[in-house]
Order: sequence, then C-alpha cells, then structure tokens
Amino acid sequence: MSRSSFSAVALAVAWRALHNAVTRPALILPSIIFPLFFLVAFAGGLSRVGDVPGFDFPGGYTAFVFVWIVLQSCAFTGAFMGFNIAADFESGFSRRLLLAAADRRGILAGYVITGLVRSTFTALLLFVAALVSGMRLEGSLLDLLGLLALGWLANVVGTLFALGVALRMRSVQAGPLLQTPIFLLMFLAPVWVPLDLLSGFVGAVAGFNPITFAVEAGRSLIAGSATGLPLGYGLLALMALVLTGWALTGLRRAEAAG
Amino acid sequence: MSSALSTQVGFLIRRSMLRTLRQPAAVIPSITFPLILFGINAGGLAAAAQIPGFPADSYLDFIFAFPFIQGALFGATMAGGDLARDIETGFLNRLSLTPVSRVALLAGLMGGVVGLALLQGLVFVTVGVLAGVQFAAGVGGVAVMLVLMALTALGFGGLGAWLAVRTGSGEAVQGAFPLFFVAIFLSSVNLPRELIAVDWFRAVATWNPVSYLIEGMRSLVITGWDPTALALAFAVAAALVVLGLTAAAAGMRTRLGRT
Repeated sequence: MSRSSFSAVALAVAWRALHNAVTRPALILPSIIFPLFFLVAFAGGLSRVGDVPGFDFPGGYTAFVFVWIVLQSCAFTGAFMGFNIAADFESGFSRRLLLAAADRRGILAGYVITGLVRSTFTALLLFVAALVSGMRLEGSLLDLLGLLALGWLANVVGTLFALGVALRMRSVQAGPLLQTPIFLLMFLAPVWVPLDLLSGFVGAVAGFNPITFAVEAGRSLIAGSATGLPLGYGLLALMALVLTGWALTGLRRAEAAG
Repeated sequence: MSSALSTQVGFLIRRSMLRTLRQPAAVIPSITFPLILFGINAGGLAAAAQIPGFPADSYLDFIFAFPFIQGALFGATMAGGDLARDIETGFLNRLSLTPVSRVALLAGLMGGVVGLALLQGLVFVTVGVLAGVQFAAGVGGVAVMLVLMALTALGFGGLGAWLAVRTGSGEAVQGAFPLFFVAIFLSSVNLPRELIAVDWFRAVATWNPVSYLIEGMRSLVITGWDPTALALAFAVAAALVVLGLTAAAAGMRTRLGRT
C-alpha cells in the first residue's frame, strides 16, 4: 500500500469525524462540559486544600488542578473516539469503510487525528476558563506548549485504547469498558494534592501509575520549573506504542469478523 | 390500602426487585462505583483533614456520606430507565389495559428503588466499618442514615420516573444523570461550607439542597446526634419525596391517559 492511500484514508476519516462533531454538537459536548465542570468544582470548591501543610505549589491551587484536568480531558476525548467508531459499526458505516479503504490502518490514523484536533480545542477552552477564574501562570509559552504536548500524548493513549476496545466489541454498549479504565487511571493519580500527601490505597497505587508522572511533569511545566519530563513524556509514549498494537490487533479482529 | 391494591403493589414491587437483581451489570456498578469514588476521595483528599477548622479528625469519616447520596442517584436512574424501557417495549401500555391502579404502578416501582437503596446502604456501611469509619451516633445512627438514604432514593426515584413518563426514553433518563451528578459536586460534599473559600461556590452549595442531605448523614458519623442537621436533612428528603412522587404521579396520569 502506498503512503498516499494511508494518508488519503486517514484524512477522509478525520474530515468526516470532525464534520460530524461540528454538525452534531451533542457528540462533543460531554467531552467539553465535564472538564469545565471539574475545573469549577475543584478550583472553586477545593481551593482551601492549597492551605494544607506541605502543599506549596507555586502557581496556586487552580494551576495545580488545571494540569490534571487538561490531561484528563485529553484522555477522555480520546475515549470518546471509541464511541464514534462503535456507533459507526452499529450503523453499518464502518463495515463499508473497511471494504472501501485501500489501507485500513489509515482508519485508525484518522480517528487519532480527530482526537488530537478535538483535544486541542478543549484544552484551549480550558486554558481560557482557567485564566478567567484566576489561574496564575509561572511557566513560559514554551512550557505551556510542553503541557499541550503531554495532553496530546494522553489523547493518543486514550484514543488508541478506545479504538482497540471499540473494534473488538463493535457496539456502543462497550461504553463502560471504554471509560472505566481511563477514569480509574486518571483518578488513581495525585488529583487534588501532591503525591506525598496522598494516603490509603490511592497513595499506594499512585506511585506506580504512569499518569502520576505525566501529571507531575505537567505541573512542573506550569510552575516554570520543568522536572521529570523524560519520565512523564516517556511513559505516555510507551503506553501509546503498546496501545498501537492493541488498536491494530483490534482492527484485525474487526476485519476477520467481516 | 385495600387488599386488591396491596396485592398489586406487592406483585409490582417483586417484579421491580427481581428485574433489578437480574441485571448484575446495572446493580454491581450502582454499588461499586460509589465505593470506588469514596476510596479515591478518601485517599486523595485525606490531607484536607489538616486544614485549620476542619470538623473531623479523619477525612474518611467526613466523606462517608458521599456513596450514600451517589448510590441513591444510581437507584433513581435505574428506576427511570426501567420505567422508560416499560414504555418503549409497550409493557406499560399493556399493563394500563388491566385493572392495575396507577398508584400500584408507581408504588411497585418505588418499592424496588427503596429495596435497592437499602441493599446499597448495607454494603456501604459494611465496607465503611471495615475501612475504619466510626459512627459517632452509634448503631442508631446507622439506622437513621439508612432511612435518610432510602428517602433520598425515593425522592430521586420519583424524579427519574417523572423523566421516564415525560420522555418515554431511557436515553433521556440516562442523559439527565450527569445533571444530578453535578448537583452533588456543587455541594458541601468535599469540604464543609465554612471552608469553601470561593464566595460564589459557597453560595451555590448553601442553596443546593443536596448539601443538607449530605450534612445530615455526615453529622451522624462525625458529630453524633445533631438535631438541626438531621431536621434539615429530613425536611429536604421529605420535600424531594413529595416533589418527585407528585411529579411522577402527574406524569403517569398523562401518560396512561394517552394510552
């Protein structure tokens, strides 16, 4: 297969999915509203948690929770891509697409591109909302771009995971399977306080959760004192690599199922 | 209640309970999901107990009311979803051709909601005690907490049923779930209202009735017998029950009138 057939399929799938998102806002609203709600609930309702002894994040509590919310929104935007492909299977569109596509891997790439565009939009919206609600920025523009790049990686991880599930299940009833693992992975990280202030099983699990390192890298960027970046980016990249195999084998399963 | 009515209610409660118990994919999340979030909150926000003025020694005790409220919400969406499915499949239409009364239909459905709430509550109490939650109000406090949860589930269940009869769509009932969820988070669930620093958020939490349900349940764990908190909680729960059941009964009358 030529490179042009791969990119032609990818761009066509991405164009269709983005067009659907624009023309049917109900499809994308949850992935926008929920992060905004988290920002309101955490930055508004929990800001006094920043007064806990040992909590000394330079950018303030809003900036502290903002990083997690950006990564969470990007990962969940990826998860929602699974709903798209599952719905396409239920309507019969995906089967026709599998027949028509010259290079079927392009289908996966198309959904990944869509996820990246949508997550960028949500992240920018969140950024504006956080600034309006008083977030202090200590990092530079480059640091912010670094945070966005972490979000993109989280989005690719979420998308590839969801595609793997959706291609195997081929039904929107796979919804809980698409969301729950990502939900747990995100919440079993230092969401509201730094890692050393966590306790119980969350504290025990968070130390081994790759998302923890991504969140900490992101927080160091927004605080203007970048640390732990190789681990943060590296672990997400490794997850993306593993999940590429998961999504590709899912595609093979869908092809075999006809 | 006449014997015919009580027989109808009994059959419909049994059907509602059996249908719920035969859907492990729905029952298990309604118990595990609130417990998972309880664990995540308790571990993730444990440090909040060190904020000056925090009313409990342990955040575990403080947040223990959360699964009760969230569990009640799950029951509500299940009740609404089940009723919507009855409408979608035509079961309600067929039932309306029989002599079964509207009251029995609603009571049967709500009996299932309350039964599920009590099952959830017992599991939550067991897990809480095993995790180290201590009830300041003792065993009596546990019983009152379960009653409050059952009333809350009944109220939310009424609203779920109202949505179901109004829309006739399970999807619409499920779609309303996030709104209820938002109501929980915009309350004093994570921190006491006095410790919410952002003015508008504190105002929303003060106006939000869910805050009083949570504070009533929480008082039984961290304070003991607090008449004010309990009176407010029972008043809100009772208002929710009246509102939910009245709306559901009116909606049911309209829906059956169309049949």
